[in-house]
Amino acid sequence: MSEHEQYAEDLALYALGALQGEERVKIDQHLATCASCRLELEQLRGDTALLAMSTAGPRAPQRARQRLLDAVAREPRPVAQVVTRRGWWGWLGWAATAAVVIFALSLWRENSGLKQSLASASSRAAESTRELEELRRIAAPIIQPEAQRVTLVAAKAPPQPQGKAFYLRNRGSLVFLANNMPPLPPQKAYELWLIPTSGNPIPAGVFKPDARGNASVVNPPLATGTEAKAFAITVEDEAGSAAPTTPAVMVGAGE
Amino acid sequence: MVAGLKAGDQGAMAELYDRYSSVVHAVALRVLGDTGAAEDVLQEIFLQLWRNPSLFDASRGSLGSWLAVITRNRAIDSLRKRRPETDIEDVVLSVAPDLAGEAERARVAEKVRGVMGTMTPVQRSALEMAYWEGMSHSEIADKTGEPLGTVKTRIRAGLIVLRKAFQT
Repeated sequence: MSEHEQYAEDLALYALGALQGEERVKIDQHLATCASCRLELEQLRGDTALLAMSTAGPRAPQRARQRLLDAVAREPRPVAQVVTRRGWWGWLGWAATAAVVIFALSLWRENSGLKQSLASASSRAAESTRELEELRRIAAPIIQPEAQRVTLVAAKAPPQPQGKAFYLRNRGSLVFLANNMPPLPPQKAYELWLIPTSGNPIPAGVFKPDARGNASVVNPPLATGTEAKAFAITVEDEAGSAAPTTPAVMVGAGE
Repeated sequence: MVAGLKAGDQGAMAELYDRYSSVVHAVALRVLGDTGAAEDVLQEIFLQLWRNPSLFDASRGSLGSWLAVITRNRAIDSLRKRRPETDIEDVVLSVAPDLAGEAERARVAEKVRGVMGTMTPVQRSALEMAYWEGMSHSEIADKTGEPLGTVKTRIRAGLIVLRKAFQT
């Protein structure tokens, strides 16, 4: 019995919230280190959502709607910055948007910290807003739905698989975009690995490309502070693996 | 709509309610069996999302399915009069049907019921006790007189049967 099979039944109970005490702690600890079981847990939760759908019942009474809207009206919230999303390329557009938001937030925070002793709160806010606007302007060709997306390669060369990883070590945030990825054999998936400066490769998400060969991984669970020497991709079973089991098909070091 | 919530748009909240309240209410009512208690959970779920729209993002799955799962979890906590067991922030699910439209919901519900109908009565019963009554595997084993390991296996196998039915 493999390590993951050993946890399989308990993961189902965990997804249902039926595990208590030590058993629950044990699974929590395992999940913290096992991408494959995290993926399986997500799938099991998706399964439980299906179960929820087997039920049907009367609509909530009309008063419930009014009660909610009254409560909402009593709790107005300040308007937040919103990045709109209208992606004809679906997940890839979403991933690009997420990348922009992550980097914008990071820049905003760092910027705020540096200027804290120099500028007033209002001037910091104004500066941050300007920077966000600038980032949006720069990112517009990536996130706007009407933008064309073209990869240039040497003339007459066939399209090559490409991947771009955007990684913020101090936040443990990672956005990965890929294109021209070759189709996978059945039951297989690509797995992204963060190669730390020392130690074993760390699972950084399992993905399958769409029909056009595009794929993305947005913010897989990663510990903060891990310095990445490189990123790599291997082909693994679709549930993912805790360690690479095949040679890397793509590798890239920091630019 | 979630972007609208983030922007503090009350109209977006109304739209979200109109689209998903039937799912949330049906799930809460099935667990709690009481319209008042189900309505309370319904209010709680939507208000929580209004107060903190960042609880949901597209990486957590489809909005309808995510709402169904967190509603079930909250209703079970309420049924068993216990503190919330699972942080909403921790609930991530693989992409499942969005269930925004009545027709889509009815189609999925019919298919799920069909799949449940193919399970043996003991398997279906174990799964339903765990899901709708929030019973632990030990409680189910006590109630049915079956070995603990058998109950565990039945619950997982039942979920996998459902998954496979929607993969084909």
